[in-house]
Amino acid sequence: MAEPLLQVEGLVKAYGAVRACDGVALQIAAGQIHAVIGPNGAGKTTLIGVIAGELPAEAGIIRLAGRAITRSPVQARAKQGLARTYQITSVLPRFSALDNVVLAALAQQRHAFGFWRPLRREAALAERAAAALARVGLEAERDRPAATLAHGQQRQLEIAMALVAEPKLLLLDEPTAGMGPEDSARIVALLKALKGGLAILLVEHDMDAVFALADRITVMVNGRPIASGPPAAIRADAEVRRAYLGEDAA
Amino acid sequence: MLLLIEQVLNGLQLGVTLFLLAAGLTLVLGIMNLVNLAHGSLYMVGAFICASVAGATGSFLLGLVVALPATALVGMAVELVVLRRLYARDHLDQVLATFGLILFFNELVRILWGPRALFLDGPSWLSGTVEILPGIPYPAFRLAIIVLGLAVALFLAWLTTRTRLGMLIRAGASNREMVSALGVDVRWLYTLVFGIGAMLAALAGVMAGPIYAVEVGMGESILILTFVVIVIGGIGSIRGAFVGSLLVGVVDTLGRAFLPGLLKLFLMPATADGVGASLASMAIYILMAAVLIWRPRGLFPAHA
Amino acid sequence: MRDLWPLALVLLAALALPFVVAGMDLAYVVGIATRIMIYALAGISLNLILGYGGMVSFGHAAFFGTGAYVVGILSTHATYGEPLTTWPFEVGGTEQALIAWPLAMLAAGLLALVIGALSLRTAGLYFIMITLAFAQMIFFFFVSLQAYGGEDGLSLFARSQAGPLDLGDDRQFYYLVLALLALVLFLKSRLIEARFGRVLQGIRDNERRMRALGYPTYRYKLVAFVISGALAGLAGALIANQTEFVSPAFLDWPRSGDFIVIVVLGGMGRLYGPLAGAALFLLLEEVLAAWTEHWMIILGPILVLLVLYARGGVWDLIAGRLSRRKAGADG
Repeated sequence: MAEPLLQVEGLVKAYGAVRACDGVALQIAAGQIHAVIGPNGAGKTTLIGVIAGELPAEAGIIRLAGRAITRSPVQARAKQGLARTYQITSVLPRFSALDNVVLAALAQQRHAFGFWRPLRREAALAERAAAALARVGLEAERDRPAATLAHGQQRQLEIAMALVAEPKLLLLDEPTAGMGPEDSARIVALLKALKGGLAILLVEHDMDAVFALADRITVMVNGRPIASGPPAAIRADAEVRRAYLGEDAA
Repeated sequence: MLLLIEQVLNGLQLGVTLFLLAAGLTLVLGIMNLVNLAHGSLYMVGAFICASVAGATGSFLLGLVVALPATALVGMAVELVVLRRLYARDHLDQVLATFGLILFFNELVRILWGPRALFLDGPSWLSGTVEILPGIPYPAFRLAIIVLGLAVALFLAWLTTRTRLGMLIRAGASNREMVSALGVDVRWLYTLVFGIGAMLAALAGVMAGPIYAVEVGMGESILILTFVVIVIGGIGSIRGAFVGSLLVGVVDTLGRAFLPGLLKLFLMPATADGVGASLASMAIYILMAAVLIWRPRGLFPAHA
Repeated sequence: MRDLWPLALVLLAALALPFVVAGMDLAYVVGIATRIMIYALAGISLNLILGYGGMVSFGHAAFFGTGAYVVGILSTHATYGEPLTTWPFEVGGTEQALIAWPLAMLAAGLLALVIGALSLRTAGLYFIMITLAFAQMIFFFFVSLQAYGGEDGLSLFARSQAGPLDLGDDRQFYYLVLALLALVLFLKSRLIEARFGRVLQGIRDNERRMRALGYPTYRYKLVAFVISGALAGLAGALIANQTEFVSPAFLDWPRSGDFIVIVVLGGMGRLYGPLAGAALFLLLEEVLAAWTEHWMIILGPILVLLVLYARGGVWDLIAGRLSRRKAGADG
């Protein structure tokens, strides 16, 4: 196997006495969708936070494309090809949908210390942003302030903001959370279309979505990975069924 | 040596005065997440009430006994009328509104008591000196402030860690719903905390009255020192407020007393006096900057 | 271009002002108008970080006052022919605006760099208290400067010299301030729409998101803080010229409060907001002060009411009234 795109080893993150991540190991190959599932409080969101750099790891190593990023700040990791969405959608509410994506595209440039030329006249950025909006199916909403978009649309916008940066790895924290079946299906279809182009770490509760999308699945319970493998193996794993899936898939 | 001990004691006395203010303010900041610039106004109001009662009756103690509950009432009234509406607002709104309150209180005091400073004499039985070590006399009143301040610190430590009220206060800081579920009206809890903070501020004002002047604007200069204390100690932490207060009090006092002299060892006397005075007045802010570099959330961050 | 209309109108009115009023009132009116513009400039500088950057700085008077002191100190040395320093080489004072004013901006900007670098390590409540505390430190620094008047401040012998202009003439000084104000407004209108300004507003709205997108937000905030400080320094240089007097009162904490009031009164994050805010605030002060010496007892509650009931500034208040009226007419 070639060198994995993301390599996580022995990751520990504790809140006081509670170890939210307790020796997590994980490998994601380029172009793969890797799902992390587990009951509430298993440490999945914490894991995303630690990989993204918003939460400092107490121990362990994170490598992105072979380079250790364990100590890099959030913004440095973003520039190295990490993009993320949040469990509770996080966009710039007062900016238009297009401007949200333009700012995401601009972040990939060496710097944004321009003091004279209006940003909205930077055609190259606007084109890239419009293309990303089109990719997620939001081209009709480009001029609406993000705050006025429906919940599902904001989620799509967040994904567009991630895609425009052409990341190597996309971290998705429950992309279908709080959505109706229709919106959910749209997101799943969108992610399916992305498959192969970039690697995705997907935290998700919707098992249908997980088994429809994932190339590999890791099951976390109490901060520890208890099983990891292709979807079929996970479905068959007795321990997983007992610990988690039993309640859901029975 | 003699001078050093005396100055350290002066520093402690300033420190505990600051603590009385910082304790109430840090609770309000930490629990209600409210910037209250008008906290210094309560300090001023307390001092003025005490000074006028003491002036009329000749009894400092009577002034103290009237000033504390009166200021607590003023504080609670302010909480009910204005501040309560600001808890859910952003910090900028709080800054603006409480800035407005400062202007109001300063002017009100100027109208009621006139523009000139009042004099407040400490109780006569504390007017002498006490020999703290053989051959080292120290003003009894200042010593009393230190003792009283330490007693209040112990009382607050007991209140917040050992009593039901303290438990509620600490719980209210992290979880409003939980406290509500206990059948306690959080709004009244907040008003009560505010009243306690106001009373402590008044106590500080009364204690400071005989030492510094009782005048309009006295609240703001000490309020800013209190902010320095809280930044150093960490928002919401009584322990941080205590350590920060004593640090600021001692550093400020010793800096003013000894920096010019110290600099004379290296510089021309005239230059040393000038530079020394500048450095001394900036010492605590430099201390704050150092703490910031080392620990941006203060020495005892309440929510680590 | 639509955005430039209000500017053009205000500019026209301002250009005409010294000709409309005459006689005794001239000095008074032009004096107040100049002061309004200078405070507007300070407000514009604060609006950059407060309105567009979301940084509640309660220490802006420090930069304003530092700018004023730089002009005052340079001018004093020039008047008495005493060098500022003789080591490592002799540096004299100056009354030249072209030297003194940029130096005022430089000094205020450097101070903002130091204060900003420290304060921006924190946010929220800490940031407010720390900026206030550092400003007070600078206040005490100037109070302790006995060589430059200490608490009493120092009087300038004359206003700065600016080529062919005679700044001692109130009307010429007025026009220079107006020109500077227009220039700053124009530059700022570019800045807030350019990359830097848009990123700054993004940070204001959602800093966590901006960081996750890859922006080193600290750096952007610090640059905004420094620009803002330097601009406040320019306003300070102008106020020193107008009053021909500099004192620590220019950097005392209530002044920082005034600047915040000016920004909020005019509506935060609006290009012309501080202009409206400064005009309203200073005129209100003028009117109230003419009415009673205890005018602050009225101003204080006005601020409280403003916060409680008119959060978007007078601008929104007027706009809200208008749109309601329009809605009423339509329905």
